[in-house]
Amino acid sequence: MSIPEQAEGKRYSPSAFGDDLRRFVSLTYTLASTDFKLTYFNSILGYFWSLMRPLLFFGVLYFVFTDIFHVGTDVPNYSVELLLGIILWTFFLQATTGSVQAMLSREGLLRKMRFPRLVVPLAITLTALFQLTTNLIPIFVLALIRGIAPTWSWLELIPVVVLLAILAAGIGMLLSVLYIRARDIQPIWDVLSQLLFYASPIIYPVYYYNHHTLNYYGPHCVFNSLSDTVLNTVTGKVCATSSVPVGNNLHLHFIGHFLMTNPIAALIAQARHALVGGGEGVNPSAAFALGGWEFALIPLGIILAVFALGVVVFHHEAPRISENL
Amino acid sequence: MPAVSIQGASKAFKLHHRQYHTLKERALHPFQARTYDLLQAVDNVSVDIAQGEFFGIIGRNGSGKSTLLKCLAGIYDIDAGKMDVRGRLSPFIELGVGFNVDLTARDNVILNAIVLGLTRKEAKARFDSIIAFAELEDFLDMRLKNYSSGMSVRLAFAVAIQVDADVLLIDEVLAVGDASFQQKCFDEFQRLKKQGRTILFVTHDMGAIQRFCDRAMLLDKGRMVSIGDPADVAHRYNALNFGRTVHELSDERSEDDRRSDQRDADITDAWFEDAAGGRIASIDHRQPIAVGVEVRFNAALEDPSFGVTIRNNAGATVFATTTEWAIGPTGRFAAGELVTVRLRLENWFTPASYTVTPSIARAGMGSDTIDLRADLATIIVHGGRFTTGVVDLPHEFEITRR
Repeated sequence: MSIPEQAEGKRYSPSAFGDDLRRFVSLTYTLASTDFKLTYFNSILGYFWSLMRPLLFFGVLYFVFTDIFHVGTDVPNYSVELLLGIILWTFFLQATTGSVQAMLSREGLLRKMRFPRLVVPLAITLTALFQLTTNLIPIFVLALIRGIAPTWSWLELIPVVVLLAILAAGIGMLLSVLYIRARDIQPIWDVLSQLLFYASPIIYPVYYYNHHTLNYYGPHCVFNSLSDTVLNTVTGKVCATSSVPVGNNLHLHFIGHFLMTNPIAALIAQARHALVGGGEGVNPSAAFALGGWEFALIPLGIILAVFALGVVVFHHEAPRISENL
Repeated sequence: MPAVSIQGASKAFKLHHRQYHTLKERALHPFQARTYDLLQAVDNVSVDIAQGEFFGIIGRNGSGKSTLLKCLAGIYDIDAGKMDVRGRLSPFIELGVGFNVDLTARDNVILNAIVLGLTRKEAKARFDSIIAFAELEDFLDMRLKNYSSGMSVRLAFAVAIQVDADVLLIDEVLAVGDASFQQKCFDEFQRLKKQGRTILFVTHDMGAIQRFCDRAMLLDKGRMVSIGDPADVAHRYNALNFGRTVHELSDERSEDDRRSDQRDADITDAWFEDAAGGRIASIDHRQPIAVGVEVRFNAALEDPSFGVTIRNNAGATVFATTTEWAIGPTGRFAAGELVTVRLRLENWFTPASYTVTPSIARAGMGSDTIDLRADLATIIVHGGRFTTGVVDLPHEFEITRR
């Protein structure tokens, strides 16, 4: 039997990337768009529900935090900020949580065909991205209703979304292959994502990092600690709605700066800065809230590092995915 | 240059005694020994398959055929060795391609064609021929979950075969569809072969192996036991399967040894023929058929018994007979004699595919088998009514009112 030369050193094994970029892109897009079509057009109310879910969540939170805990009342345009935060978070959560069981749901394909394995989690992020673009519409509508004039800075949302997608894709890659090894990745990520949700300025503005971490028992309503708030409400102590920063006088303490290194916090802060505006005091840019441009490299670095880690781990696990499923 | 090249390919699976599926379990039992058994599914297999070759892979269940195919398809990674496939590859494994039951046939076909390496444009161009091949024109926009299993397997096979792949990997295609669809598949194989496509074909049907394959390989416990002429390899397979009855082959002698001392008689060929005596691959229900068996005697034999067993595609024996039962003593045959045994029978079989397993045994109760070739020839019966029975016997109803 002759040994063909081109077979030298070549192993026809399943890989993360495959050898054809065009096919990789086409396949990711096809998987994502069929999934998107399934959620949107499979039932008559498909689009309605996928839009309503974040909107209903928004409605509940808006009611709870303005009418019961009076948190949002001291924030100008709280509704727009809350909706923006929720919709960006919904995208992140959908992309990452969806990736956890992605391999399992694609088992049919994985066990029967050769194709770049990385397509599976990336398609999940892409599907979420498609949904995000449709979900952005109500934000713009609400912003216009609230009298926020469109500015060129709205375009900053594009790099923000791109960076958020890179972060989500990186985490998605990690979760999708780790789940094959350990099935309790699912509840672990549920808890971790909850933690991330409350640690990020999604339902509260960035400057809440100041009072509520440092002046825990200060005169303000303790937002992060609902029990205290309930206690205050029950004992008749009215939450102070003071200290809305005016102009550019926001000064975060060290812990505030530290919390801002969380990429989700930085990206949502930047998105609000771009869309809602209102000065660095109300909606500081990520760089301002971090204490300088050079510090903005920290969340940026985390995003790229998570993505790189995801690629490396996925690449390592890819050949064994179908047999370990 | 070979279309498919496999060199020293090995693949083992770890069978853990206790598999931990969660981090919690791992944390709770950090010192538990992670013991496992190693299952060598494919063991140092080397083969080069030329372009345009129709190559059969046979072996018993668990012999590593499907694992080898999956390694070749790039679904599993091999532990050692090298594999290379020249050109685009289309696998048909575990009865299908990866369909999503929530999508329509249309979406599934496009999706799978893209996974198989076509561009969206090419996939759309192939779409009509895929649907036509699967004969599912009327069910295009039905979701796969509403398809019968036969319909979705047909669709999957149509996708695999119609994407213009250079190399086709086909695992157990004979489980697909009814007899006429199977015949269509084989016609398609022949067409593809003429176009210079390479086909790797895994099956248990020795008749198909001998009818279609240029070369075949027999795997046993992951090792390549035999490779070469399909008839020889099919014979080795029968020896493995019916090792107890074909006593001459039951001992573990090497291939050379086995070939040097011959059996007393060899079944060299078997076929189906029609009433006119022409060899046929298919026939209409109720058209009489005959089974021909060619036997070469290597030693003088007194009153050997010739047996014919007909099985359907589910593997059930539909009909069996021997000369011992039917006519008694057969007479004396000299060494070197070549005889044709012909069995004529009425064809009451319902539409499906059937195989014939000829055998020859010494005089006596038929336990001393000299040669047996399982499923050596295949016939497809079409026409007639699809009843739930395996035969449609001539019959008459009579209703008497009292």
